Amino acid sequence: MDEDAGSMERIFDCGASAIVTKSIGLKPHKGYQNPTVIQLEYGILNALGLPNPGIDNFKNEIIKLNKLNIPVIGSIFGSDYKEFVELAERMQIYGVDALELNMSCPHAKGYGLELGCNPDLVKKITSQVKKTTKIPVFVKISPNLENLIEVAKSAEDGNADGIVAINTVKAMKIDLELKIPVLSNKIGGYSGNAIKPIGIRCVYEISKNVDIPIIGVGGITTGEDAIEYLMAGASAVQVGSGIYYRGLDVFKKICDEIEIWMKEHGYNNLLEIIGVAHK
Amino acid sequence: MNYPKILHIIETKKETSDIKTIMFEYSEDTTPGQFFMIWIPRVDEIPMSVSYISKKVKGITFKRVGEATDALFELKEGDKIGIRGPYGNGFKIDGKTILFVAGGTGIAMITPTVEKAIDKNISTKVIIGAKNKDELFFETRLKKYGAEVYVSTDDGSKGYKGVTTDLAKQIITNNKFDLILTCGPELMMKKLFDISQNIPFQASLERYMKCGFGICGQCCVGKGLRVCTEGPVFDKKMLKDIEDFGFYKRDATGQKIKF
Repeated sequence: MDEDAGSMERIFDCGASAIVTKSIGLKPHKGYQNPTVIQLEYGILNALGLPNPGIDNFKNEIIKLNKLNIPVIGSIFGSDYKEFVELAERMQIYGVDALELNMSCPHAKGYGLELGCNPDLVKKITSQVKKTTKIPVFVKISPNLENLIEVAKSAEDGNADGIVAINTVKAMKIDLELKIPVLSNKIGGYSGNAIKPIGIRCVYEISKNVDIPIIGVGGITTGEDAIEYLMAGASAVQVGSGIYYRGLDVFKKICDEIEIWMKEHGYNNLLEIIGVAHK
Repeated sequence: MNYPKILHIIETKKETSDIKTIMFEYSEDTTPGQFFMIWIPRVDEIPMSVSYISKKVKGITFKRVGEATDALFELKEGDKIGIRGPYGNGFKIDGKTILFVAGGTGIAMITPTVEKAIDKNISTKVIIGAKNKDELFFETRLKKYGAEVYVSTDDGSKGYKGVTTDLAKQIITNNKFDLILTCGPELMMKKLFDISQNIPFQASLERYMKCGFGICGQCCVGKGLRVCTEGPVFDKKMLKDIEDFGFYKRDATGQKIKF
C-alpha cells in the first residue's frame, strides 16, 4: 500500500503519521514473477524483487502527497553510492520529508542486503547521500547479519540521522505436494508476528551501541508491540504486515492502544519509555 | 489462510479454439464476481474469476493471452494447480430486472452471475459481445438457464454488428432496468457507465495483482481502493471517485498505462 499517492493518502487517513514509500530505483523494474506473496502460519513471506515504476514516474506521486501535506519518507535503492545519491537528490527536489536507504532487501541481486552487509559500503553510501541532501537520512538495516552492530555503527559514522531496523528475515517455504519452493524467487523475506522477537533483539543491540535514534519495525500489530520496541530503544515504529492482520486502520488502533497502555501504567510521555529496558 | 491449496484438475473443456474451462474440487463458498489466485507451478500465479459454481466443484474459464494462460491452457485432467481464495466482493444482485453486459472473457464472470439472478427469479437480459463469432462462448449455457441473450460481434459474424455499448444503448432506451452489471474491457465498461443514466450500476475491474489479500498495494485504484479486497466489483458511487476508471491501469512495475 505504498506504490501510488492514492494508497498512501488512504493509509495516512487511517492514522499513520508518515508514510514510507515503496523502494524506488532509477529505472522501472518489474520484480519477480508470481507467486511473490503468501501467508504462512505465523507470518507473511514475500519476494517481490523491488518492483517499482522508477523515479521519473514516481515524481508525480510525491508531488501529490506534498500538496496534501502528508509527511513522506522516500525509500530508495541503488547498486552503488552514485545511484543512491542521484535518487536522494531527486527525492529531495520532489519534496520528500526524509529518506530511507534500503540496504537490507534480502532477495534482490546486486541491491539491498548485498550492499548492506558491507560496513564500508554502508558508510560510504550514507555519507555521500548526507553530503548532497539536507533532509534527514535513515538507513534501513537487515536482521540477516552476523555484523549487525558493525553495520549500524557504520551508518552512524556516515552521519545517518537514524537507523531503521529491521527488514524482513530471509526465509523459504517448500510446498509438500509439489515439492518445490512456493515463491518464484525461492527465497524471500519473512514478516509479521513471528519476527517480532528478532526485531526487538536487533533494536536492543543497536540501541546499546549507537547514539542516533532508531525506528523499530518487524511484527508490530498492537500498541503493546510498539511499546516493546520503544522499551528496546526505538523512538518511532513502522507497520507493514499489520495492515493485513488488523485492517487498514491498524495505525489508529495502535496509537489508541499505546495511549491506553500509558494511562494504565501511569506514563504521560513516551520519552519515559524509550530504552527503559536498558536500565 | 492465503496459501495455495494444491488440487488436481478434474475436467477441462475447450469453449473455443483459444478459450478453455478448467474444473476442480474446491468447496469454499464462492459468489459470482469473486476470483481465485491460480498457481501454475513453475510458471506464474494469476487472478481468475469463477465461471462455474457448485457446492463442491468450481471452474474458471480463460483465453490464452500470454505465458501464464498458455501454460494453463496446456494442462490436462489430473494435472496439479494451486488455488487460493476466493477473493474480493462479487456482484450484489438486487431488483426485479437486470441488464448484464459482458465483453470478451468478461462473459466467463457474468454467466454465473446471471444464473444466480435467475435463481432469485429476477428478469434478466444479457448482452454478450466479442470481436467475432469464434470468440463467443456460454451462449447456449445462458439460454438453457433461461436468460434472454443478445449477441453482438464487432465484425457482424453473429448477431448485432458493432460494439456492445451501442446495442446496450438501444436496449436501455427501450426497457426499464433496476440494475446494470458489467464485466469486460474497461473502455467498454466506462462507456456503459456514461450511458447508464440513473440506473444503479456495478462493474468488475481487472488489475495486475500480486498478493490478492490486500497488503501489497499493486492493484490499488483511486484513493487506495484495493481491487482484490474492496473490489473487484465497484458500484456507481465508488466508480465516480476512481479517477483511473477507463483511463489507466498500472503494470507490474507500477507505471501507469493508458487504456
